This record gives sequence, C-alpha cells and structure tokens, in this order.
Amino acid sequence: MSTDIKPRIRVPQGIKRGDVVEIKTLISHPMESGQRKDTDGKIIPRMIINRMSVALNGKQVFEARLEPAMSANPYLSFFLKCTQSGTLEFTWTDDNGGLYKASQALTVA
Amino acid sequence: MTSLLHLPRRSRGLNRRQAFAAIGTACAFAPVAAEATPEAARKLLGDLIKVAPKAGKVRIDAPEIAENGNTVPVTVTVDSPMSPTDYVRAIHVIADRNPQPGVASFMLGPDNGKAEVQLRMRMAESQNVIVVAEMSDGSAWTATREVKVTIGGCST
Repeated sequence: MSTDIKPRIRVPQGIKRGDVVEIKTLISHPMESGQRKDTDGKIIPRMIINRMSVALNGKQVFEARLEPAMSANPYLSFFLKCTQSGTLEFTWTDDNGGLYKASQALTVA
Repeated sequence: MTSLLHLPRRSRGLNRRQAFAAIGTACAFAPVAAEATPEAARKLLGDLIKVAPKAGKVRIDAPEIAENGNTVPVTVTVDSPMSPTDYVRAIHVIADRNPQPGVASFMLGPDNGKAEVQLRMRMAESQNVIVVAEMSDGSAWTATREVKVTIGGCST
C-alpha cells in the first residue's frame, strides 16, 4: 500500500518580495480511519498521516496534526509570506513511522 | 414552633432570590445540555484550549449540504494581521458527531502572512464543524458551522 504514496505540491510562480501566496499540498494516502471493517467483520487498523510540516530554509513555517477525520489523500493548503527565496521542505509522517518528503524551490523576485 | 411566615422578611426575600438564581442557572445550562455538542467534542476543546473561546474572528466556509461525507471541503479563515506581535498561533478543527471529535490542528505564525487553511474532512453524519483559533495574546476565538451530510463517510 505504501508504495504508491506520492506527494504533490503547488507553489505559485512569479512571486514578488512580500507577496502572500497560497501553497497547496496533497499526498496520496488511504488514511485508514480505524473505523472500517473488512469482509470478516474485523476492524481494519488505523493507518493515517498524523502530521505534516513545512519548513522554509530549515525554519518551520507550518504544521498540521491530523486525525482520522481527514479525508483520504489529505489535501491541505496554507499561506506563506514570501520575504526570501529558498527551499520549501514538506514532510508527512504516518502511523507506521513512514516518512514522506518533498521539496520545492521558492523563488522570490 | 415557628412557621416560615414568622421569619424576618429579609431572610425570606433572600431565600426567594436564591431560588430564582437557581432557576436561572438551570435555564442557562439546559440549552447547552440539550445541544448536539456531545461530551467528547467539548472535552477535547477543553484539552486543547485552556481559556474560554469567544465567538467571532473565525470564518468557516463549508458546503451547507455535503453529498459525500467522505470528502467535505472546509476553508477556515481567521481575522488577524499576522504580524510578528499579533498573529494566530493555532487553529483547531473539531466535528461534534464523528466517532472521534478531532479533525486537525494547524500551527501557524507570522510567516504565514494570512491565517487561512483549507482541508477536506470526513463526516459520519450531519453535524457541526467547530473551529477554535488561538491567538498570540492567549485569547481564543471560535465559530461553528452546520453541515448536512447526505451519505456519511466514516464506515465506508
């Protein structure tokens, strides 16, 4: 299951210094809620992305702590005030300790 | 034997006032108890935020009727300048009729420039989405929005 987990990120282009831009993120993940039962009536154990964090040049700028009530393929968007160029690092952590990372250049004119 | 009528007037008045106060308290609490907000959601709120949140500053955008409870888009906006001295520290999203009340918590700061987050959540049935925003000055603000769900999205 964990082979097809793929993060996707959208950062706008042509950012000027001081712009406040929306950054959209999505990661494909089943987000097994721990409420569902399989065909034998046994509960499928919970397996969700429980944390997502974003750092710009090593400094955390956004963090989300997620619960099973998040939809599958959790989509999150947030805003960022762009004062410097750099690298945005995105990290997702799941219940099994899986770590998924993505990075995206942020270019501020 | 002294009957109640022989008690000094002042003392009787006090008793009556106390009685009214008691009725008033009962009425004030009655609607809360009858409201849909289940105990778990309120308890979680108490665990997350130590101060009593005031209504206002928070806007929740969500569909009035969500056909698919598996993925309900929710946008939360908090009225804040997001300056280094006055910003939103955290946004907590709670649902009051899901198997578990927690949905997500977001940690923000002045780097965000705008206190707005978007997410997609699951809803087991029609219920209230409750958002509480924690400010840098320690105050907390809240808003509630009802979403009707056609097909629940937790056990499917």
